[in-house]
Amino acid sequence: MANSFDVVILGGGPAGYVAAIRAAQLGMTVAVVERDKLGGVCVNIGCIPTKALLHSAYIARLLGESKEFGVEATNIKTDYGVAMKRSRKVSDQNSKGVEFLMKKNKVTVVKGSGVLQPGKKVKVGGDVYEAKKAVLVATGSRVKGIPQIGLEINKTTVISSDEALLMEKVPASLAIVGAGAVGMEFADIFNAFGVKITLIEALPRILPLEDAEASDALAKSYRKRGIDVIAGAKVTKATVAKDKVTLDVEAGGEKKSVAVDAVLMAAGRAVNTENIGLAECGIQVTERGFIKVDKNLQTTAPGYYAIGDVAGPPMLAHKGQREGVFVAEVLAGQKPHAIKYDNVPSVTYCHPEVASIGLSEDQCKERKLDYVAGRFPFSANGRARGTGETEGFVKILRDKKYGEILGAHIVGGHASEIIHELAVARENEYTVEEVELAIHAHPTMSEAVAQAALDSLGRVVDM
Amino acid sequence: MATKVHMEALSPTMEEGRLVKWTKQEGDAVKTGDTLAEVETDKAVMELVARADGQLIKVLVPEGSTVPVGNVVAYIGKPGESVAEAGAVAPAAEKSARSAVSGAQEVATAPPSPSTITPTDVNRVKASPLAKRMAKDAGVDLNQVQGSGPGGRVVKRDLEGATANAPSVPALPVLRTADRAPRTSAPYEDVPLTQIRKTIAKRLAASLGPIPHFFLTTEVDMERAAEARSALEVKVSFNDIVIKAVALALTKHRACNAWFQDDHIRYWNEVHIGMAVAVEDGLITPVIRDADRKTLAQIGAEARELAERARNRRLKPEEYTGASFSVSNLGMFDIDQFTAVINPPEAGIIAVGSIVPKPVAEGDKVVVRRRLRLTMSCDHRVIDGATGAQFLKTLKQMLENPLAMLL
Repeated sequence: MANSFDVVILGGGPAGYVAAIRAAQLGMTVAVVERDKLGGVCVNIGCIPTKALLHSAYIARLLGESKEFGVEATNIKTDYGVAMKRSRKVSDQNSKGVEFLMKKNKVTVVKGSGVLQPGKKVKVGGDVYEAKKAVLVATGSRVKGIPQIGLEINKTTVISSDEALLMEKVPASLAIVGAGAVGMEFADIFNAFGVKITLIEALPRILPLEDAEASDALAKSYRKRGIDVIAGAKVTKATVAKDKVTLDVEAGGEKKSVAVDAVLMAAGRAVNTENIGLAECGIQVTERGFIKVDKNLQTTAPGYYAIGDVAGPPMLAHKGQREGVFVAEVLAGQKPHAIKYDNVPSVTYCHPEVASIGLSEDQCKERKLDYVAGRFPFSANGRARGTGETEGFVKILRDKKYGEILGAHIVGGHASEIIHELAVARENEYTVEEVELAIHAHPTMSEAVAQAALDSLGRVVDM
Repeated sequence: MATKVHMEALSPTMEEGRLVKWTKQEGDAVKTGDTLAEVETDKAVMELVARADGQLIKVLVPEGSTVPVGNVVAYIGKPGESVAEAGAVAPAAEKSARSAVSGAQEVATAPPSPSTITPTDVNRVKASPLAKRMAKDAGVDLNQVQGSGPGGRVVKRDLEGATANAPSVPALPVLRTADRAPRTSAPYEDVPLTQIRKTIAKRLAASLGPIPHFFLTTEVDMERAAEARSALEVKVSFNDIVIKAVALALTKHRACNAWFQDDHIRYWNEVHIGMAVAVEDGLITPVIRDADRKTLAQIGAEARELAERARNRRLKPEEYTGASFSVSNLGMFDIDQFTAVINPPEAGIIAVGSIVPKPVAEGDKVVVRRRLRLTMSCDHRVIDGATGAQFLKTLKQMLENPLAMLL
């Protein structure tokens, strides 16, 4: 039967395409069903294009500050349309790259919306694709609005990241609801392109999932740049007009009216679990709407697995990719290394960047852990001084008894790159001492990690 | 060239076999699959079959002798071929032929092949830096710890049970064992041992022998079961009724339908009841498979047939292995109550006493009722007191209200 494969994967995003490649490497025949472009949200309307735009924002800001570096740039003009088109090109290159990888690994790509059917089958239009080993559900997630307060996404004045990524021109003013990674990154981008930004977060701090010190550092940095940051804020009412939105905001006992040209909704995502035949196949979902899975990521229906955002938090591309590899190896009869969900790095690519792994200091306190916080500011780091990226710090939370790295938090230039030293350390259960013992090249931003490790041991050198 | 006929392992635990009878003689033509001899194993009399076509050219072992598994007992070759012509194998064959005992010694004293000797650096322990510190603090010898990390590396979670002041207490396992076993395509589910379960296993085993038994006894009113039994048209014994009730109760208490497997517990989704049968020189437990799904009549017929063949030592290995739980009955010997020894890797066994008319209080009156005492032996590494008690309660309810079995 031509439509029979070992593995049929519903969704060609980071989790799905990586699972496909790993399964193919292990000798399985694989089909990926994708209704849009390969690479999913990440490649097309998420991680990748935003990184391109953030770099445009970085250049704009750098040029503004370049005079003190001896390079004077005058008459700097920004054009969001040009930046946007470049970001589209980057996305398209990446999507084509995934397409190439599918061909290279002899993975069959089926274009269309798939629906799961009992008996390990996926129906796409009039065709049915049958899986001999397993069906993988990797349908991902999408942005959601807050219709309860009148903020339903209308794609003109109330937009999501989907629209923000395709805009030709920026609005004069923009309110961003939600200061998680997405809200923070768009605030950074649009601020650099001259938009007046009001950043509204319901929880007491922006970047609510990060360490409080990271949140504070970013709030300070954003305010210095002229971004209006309102945390602990409740949007009580939204009045959406044709080319204007007025938000009634309550924060700290004060009421405030915010009038803007547009609102960007960045308050969370909803998983794509509707109309894909879950119930018909006996696949149950959790109270929060994620697909219920066991430790092997198998759903409540034998032979159906879930990976990526639909399988539960954290909803991050790299977590989904690892789940894809894991399930492919399980299907091949291997015993893959268990996924350590407490060791998934979290990164926000705003300027300065924020990266973390493990527990925050508040979580250490809640769990009544006996810990020491070691800190090192980039203002004391030679390389950071040289490049002028002195904002931020490295903070390592060390277990007092055994030196275990309970958590690590980095705010600063290239934090997204520096964090992996600590990811490797934690995965292998290195303590702060092994991190410090590894010789760090001088001068580098990474030296701050070694210095923070030393600080947690009470013997910091460079401060 | 002649083909060697080996003493094969005809049961999973067989180490040697007694050659009872040659059914083919030297010079007989044999075909693959033909029975060559009857061999008595530790459990039953089995057939040794030919693995090649030709002629039985040489028989090396006389009837009645005991031969270790793996030794050559005969040769199959071309007519006229002699064992000497069998080339290089001949000397070894002659050695084996001399006596079974020397064969056994040969096996025992054979030097290990060089490839099995792996140089290991005794000072090198595969452990994460964090695990090393925790072990040092807790005074644990890392060589004694089974590592669960990549390549058997000892990691933090392997030591969490070992340290008195572990920085984080492993969460109590959330097992779905109490759920009724779903009838899925998988015959069983392997659940790795959690740290707490590992510790319980270690501690209890150290305190009470290899299997930490504990016992639960309950008395069951058998009046209704007796009425039901006499009302049935087919002949069923009380033992059949107990087997059926145990099987059904196990489907509601999967936590008791399990095997202890050193590093994990296997919770069976199927119910296979081992039924202890006394044989002339011992005991064997033939298995009634899927007993929960068989009718009483089927169980009765199968139980009698299996017991008969057990007594004649004609059971095949697959007929006395693979039980998920066992029942032992000494009621016919007028034993009121006893404790049975668990048949590992099973985690429990029910000991069935005799049904005795007894005076019991019913309201204010004393009445005579037929009563049965059941004692469950539990492997504490798998079954905790309350878990076993709940199972026993369901079993009692089923026997006292046979209609409950239909629910």
